[in-house]
Amino acid sequence: MTASTSALLTASGLHKTYGSTPALAGADFVIHPGEVVAVMGPSGSGKSTLLHCLAGIVPPDSGTVHYRGKELSALSDARRSALRRADFGFVFQFGQLVPELTCTENVALPLRLVGVGRKEAESRATRWLERLEIDDVRHHRPGQMSGGQGQRVAIARALVGAPSVIFADEPTGALDSLNGERVMGLLTDAARETRAAVVLVTHESRVAAYSDREVIVRDGRARDMAGAV
Amino acid sequence: MVYSPRMSISHTLLGLLESGPRHGYDLKRTFDQRFGHDRQLHYGQVYSTMSRLLKNGLVEVDGIEAGGGPERKRYAITDAGVTDVEQWLASPEKPEPYLQSVLYTKVVLALLTGRDAAELLDTQRAEHLRLMRELTRRKKDGDLADQLVCDHALFHLEADLRWLETAAARLDRLANVVRG
Ligand SMILES: Nc1ncnc2c1ncn2[C@@H]1O[C@H](COP(=O)(O)OP(=O)(O)OP(=O)(O)O)[C@@H](O)[C@H]1O
Ligand SMILES: [Mg+2]
Repeated sequence: MTASTSALLTASGLHKTYGSTPALAGADFVIHPGEVVAVMGPSGSGKSTLLHCLAGIVPPDSGTVHYRGKELSALSDARRSALRRADFGFVFQFGQLVPELTCTENVALPLRLVGVGRKEAESRATRWLERLEIDDVRHHRPGQMSGGQGQRVAIARALVGAPSVIFADEPTGALDSLNGERVMGLLTDAARETRAAVVLVTHESRVAAYSDREVIVRDGRARDMAGAV
Repeated sequence: MVYSPRMSISHTLLGLLESGPRHGYDLKRTFDQRFGHDRQLHYGQVYSTMSRLLKNGLVEVDGIEAGGGPERKRYAITDAGVTDVEQWLASPEKPEPYLQSVLYTKVVLALLTGRDAAELLDTQRAEHLRLMRELTRRKKDGDLADQLVCDHALFHLEADLRWLETAAARLDRLANVVRG
């Protein structure tokens, strides 16, 4: 692996406890620009918690996360939210689309939040919906789509702002294997084109096969399997 | 029907003849392209298979090019041959109860010797994923036949891993019970 100076996002010694439940117990993580890293491990092992800490959504009890050399916890809440909007894209494990908005409006939302005008934002959103082959439902609201279509909309939304890091928590969970595969192909192609890094939480090994390397989370610790074979 | 690799080669070669008569070297080349990712045919296998199929009336010689030698023969499938392919395609393969007997042996040994099953799983997963990445890349660049062949291998590798994951989780639970 390349020297740590080229790392985009680095976490070290992350601890997080919910009540008496330890979710993270000294997790380390590093990802470089353009890299796709699969995060795997048993249910409840701390994968989503790790992803939320890396993205600055959940503050760790102790340990640090550095993005482009800046420590996330040292930023004000406002600066951290601005960074998330400008540099990160998200596909969450559980419901994430705004139910009142159409597909196009949902996908355009991250652009509107950073000040892109409505027309421009919606035309860029439409291009992503076409690329993900769901432009036929662009006027539908989340309640009027299948779970798989909703998941593709969420992926379009994560990609629309050309983020530096895409956080995807079980992005193919609602898709059958052929569709899951097409979405993974589109997601990783898009990421490689823009040199975006992808943190991909998945329990499916066929999905993880689209990654460059895998990290296994077990009992709140992350193990980098690169070079283990 | 008892499964044997040779049987599947002869059915596969027969199947390839359904689209039209072919020479032996053409059969080998097509077989290798379509199915030979991990096992290329020897010319000898093709000719011994074809002579057996000839004897059983499943193929006939359709023409012989000038120059002589067995590789000059052109084979065509007979009606009996088509029926044979049809029957083969319609009958399911025997499922293998212990698909990866080595993995099974290892996991059982881990249990018996009180070793960390999770460690075994992580190491095996890394090895499996390495191959799965390669297959995924090959599939991306390949034609439909490559995609089907790679998918088949990918789903099998995935099944191995899922079985290992479940076995490891069971063993860990069992170990916790034993340790109290
Ligand atoms: N907001 C929360 N409040 C309380 N406990 C939580 C919270 N989030 C996570 N946990 C607990 O922390 C542990 C790790 O959860 P996490 O969601 O990170 O697991 P995971 O690896 O993503 O699991 P899965 O594969 O099921 O999604 C679990 O025991 C979980 O119950
Ligand atoms: Mg989770």
